[in-house]
Amino acid sequence: METILEAKNLTTVLRGRAGVITAVDNVSLQVKAGRALALVGESGSGKSMTCLSMLGLLPSNGRLAAGEVLFKGRDLARMNRKQLEKIRGREIGMILQDAMTSLNPLFTIGEQVGEVFKIHQGIRDKATLRRKCIEVLEKVKIPAAEERLDSYPFQFSGGMRQRVSIAINVALSPELLICDEPTTALDVTVQLQILGLLRELQQQHNMAIVFVTHDLHLASQFCDDVAIMYAGRVVESGPIADVFRSPAHPYTVGLLKALPSLDTYSERLTAIPGQQPSLTRLPQGCRFEPRCPHATDACRRQYPDWFEWGDERRAACWRTEDMLTGRLDPRAGVAVPVQQGASR
Amino acid sequence: MRDASLPMLRQRPAEPSLTVLPPRSSSHLGRHLQLAIAATIAIVLVTVALFPSLFAPFDPNAISLSDTLKPPSPEHWFGTDQLGRDLLSRVIHGASISLFVAFCAVGLAGIFGALLGITAGYLGGAFDSVAMRLTDIQLALPAVILALVLVGAIGFSLFNLILVLSLANWARFARVTRAEALTLRTRDFVLLAKLAGASRIRIILSHIVPNVANTFIVLATLDVGIIIILEATLSFLGLGVQPPTPSWGAMIADGRGYLETAWWICGIPGVVLMLTVLSANLLGDALRDWLSPTLTRAW
Amino acid sequence: MISYILRRMGQSAVTVLLVTMIIFLIIRLIGDPTHLMLPPEATEADRELLRHQMGLDKPLLVQYGMYLLNLLQGNLGISYRFAQPAFDVVMGALGPTLLLTASALGFGIVLGVPLGVISAVNRDGWVDQFAKVFAVMGQAAPPFLFSLLFIRLFSIELSWLPTSGYGSISNLILPALALGWYSAAGIMRLTRSSMMEVLDSEYIKLARIKGVPQRTIVYRHALRNALLPVITFISLQFGVLMGGAVSVEFIFAWPGVGRLILESISNLDYTMVQAAVTIGALIFTTVNLAVDIIYAYVDPRIRYA
Repeated sequence: METILEAKNLTTVLRGRAGVITAVDNVSLQVKAGRALALVGESGSGKSMTCLSMLGLLPSNGRLAAGEVLFKGRDLARMNRKQLEKIRGREIGMILQDAMTSLNPLFTIGEQVGEVFKIHQGIRDKATLRRKCIEVLEKVKIPAAEERLDSYPFQFSGGMRQRVSIAINVALSPELLICDEPTTALDVTVQLQILGLLRELQQQHNMAIVFVTHDLHLASQFCDDVAIMYAGRVVESGPIADVFRSPAHPYTVGLLKALPSLDTYSERLTAIPGQQPSLTRLPQGCRFEPRCPHATDACRRQYPDWFEWGDERRAACWRTEDMLTGRLDPRAGVAVPVQQGASR
Repeated sequence: MRDASLPMLRQRPAEPSLTVLPPRSSSHLGRHLQLAIAATIAIVLVTVALFPSLFAPFDPNAISLSDTLKPPSPEHWFGTDQLGRDLLSRVIHGASISLFVAFCAVGLAGIFGALLGITAGYLGGAFDSVAMRLTDIQLALPAVILALVLVGAIGFSLFNLILVLSLANWARFARVTRAEALTLRTRDFVLLAKLAGASRIRIILSHIVPNVANTFIVLATLDVGIIIILEATLSFLGLGVQPPTPSWGAMIADGRGYLETAWWICGIPGVVLMLTVLSANLLGDALRDWLSPTLTRAW
Repeated sequence: MISYILRRMGQSAVTVLLVTMIIFLIIRLIGDPTHLMLPPEATEADRELLRHQMGLDKPLLVQYGMYLLNLLQGNLGISYRFAQPAFDVVMGALGPTLLLTASALGFGIVLGVPLGVISAVNRDGWVDQFAKVFAVMGQAAPPFLFSLLFIRLFSIELSWLPTSGYGSISNLILPALALGWYSAAGIMRLTRSSMMEVLDSEYIKLARIKGVPQRTIVYRHALRNALLPVITFISLQFGVLMGGAVSVEFIFAWPGVGRLILESISNLDYTMVQAAVTIGALIFTTVNLAVDIIYAYVDPRIRYA
């Protein structure tokens, strides 16, 4: 299967009040054409930053310090602004997390959606633009699209604004769509609608998707592959069904254990004790070690190597081998709700 | 769970983290240097202003008609004015007066404005409307003009001057603290205090005020510069500090006729004035970055 | 939007009314104006007669009512020094002051906004460094100091421009610059910080995601949003400029309202002071109202609320 996007050793630093932190630390990812990659982690794990870094959209206090971002063979990180501007919007899209603030308050919906056609297809004719806008707004199931063209974002609900955002991004049928927690800020019922919409669009256009989320349920329902991030690094990755069935990193296990499940009865949710380390004071060894029930001295002394096996499985943990050979049982008998990855 | 088919396990070391260089220090260094300079100026000024007679080499009002219009020299560091008075001593005593007036005026305006603003913001309703109308009145009149008229009306004493400067200035405190109180009013800890039965005054004093304090400090520091400028303007126009009390504004007015021949009479008090206001502004900016970064930079 | 405009107009009317009342009270605080209007030999009976004629023996509220009535008819009393209706004198001085403040404000906008935008976009570039120094200096000194500095530099040293007077463009340059530097500094700083905030916003991020060229992002998408707080700030600056105009007009012998107020205070011509300040406040309030209405039109969130 063709790899449409490959990030290699992506490193991004941010200049904050407390100093400089490495928000994204040697992150490597692969996204295959037509498949969905879930990027999972807690807040502050670096998942959003990774996506912004890949597209060259870092805030003013951040910069890409190292790495390659190969999109269809070309390195986005080495491109100049003009080249990136051509690719963004047409071949790659990104849906942002906060729908309420992602639209410009001073421009109408029509102007903001139409702009994509203006820039990438050079269409200036007002009538054509309106027609195309209506088409794409109908595709994302916005009712009364024609009247909405002249409305302003403040007149829309969060769910509607997210639909407009999606419309803007899929208007030119990009091959890759990055979704940064697109439903986190929305009501649950709206969440399902938006996800259904995304799934439909993915099937229609055969888009590759990077789906950033902290919700494992969502990830397992929607995606084919998963990469789990912690404190700026990827700690485990592989096909999602496989990873969730036999996790090989204690953090993944912890995340799975923390999911409330309808199948088993437990008196308490098992949260992972402790917190992510502050990125200003990272330990020398494994970053998860303080919270890990299986940690050893070796874990504290040296950052774990990569262990790779099977169908593109890898994990960064000194105990992976033990977990895989059965010497260590990562879970203590809590059933894990596993659903088949999205099949098509 | 036993994974019977353990396919070849490959192992490779993790990529090392990049050693991150400290931030491009130029802007940070610049910021720290600015702050250091501003703080030094402020400390020197305040010290000198607290003990003017200690630092001034001459009596600021000692006229010496044989020494008029002398440029800066080892004997008179800042030169002498048209009446032979030592400019350095006059500047020092002027600092004393200006800083005293400024601190009192800012304090008065600040406390009054903040009390009004916080109460208005917290209580809302009719009190708020009335308070807002009052601030509208003050804000509808440019400070200089209001101050001029008030001074013209009530006379020239130092106390009156402080009063006038406060009256022309309190509304800004009221507006900002009111806005803060409004946002704090709905916060959880306030609601909890209400539920616990705390009286309104108690809530205002022990919950709202401490949280507004940061913004207040920043505003007050920035206001010192504004008041110093206002007082200097009034003194320059003859309606501020009255002779024989030395003040920078009046000195500059005196020196206006000698702009061509003895520029230092105008120039040196002017430079000192600028440095004072500059340091107040820089300190205020630094405080804002430290205490209340959300405060809009316009004020 | 209509309701907003009506509400604002009502507010302004109330404010103006209260301002006239305050000014009226302050002027009355000064004391009995009849002392100045009669020669020293006048007897107490003469004074009483004059007071009665002027209506000064009536209760304060009635006096204020009469004053208001006259005000609405454009009668602001007779300036005792000019021996003319105060209203006419103020109107005559208004033109020069408006010219001066408008020029200063124009200078502030023309210099401040572009500097602010460029500083925000090219942070820490040399424009940014220069602009910071410019702004810091501009906010550290009163207009009268700048006036003297400019006179010394440009009139005395370089002889490029006249030291005072009124009549031609060359007379306008120094006063407008001296007055406007402070505003330029404030406008520049606000534009810069507002721009920086907007450039880091989510909707700008989305514009970048769309592939909008950087130039368009800055000048079309970002600037419009960034200028909203600047609009409000500018209307406030007008008041600051009116205050600063007093000393600038004084130094440059500019025949404006500021200088008029100053002279009238010195001459104890309180009718004139009252007239000038009232008209000044009225104009300032009107300007604020106008700007608020413009703002309401420009921001769709208020226009279509």
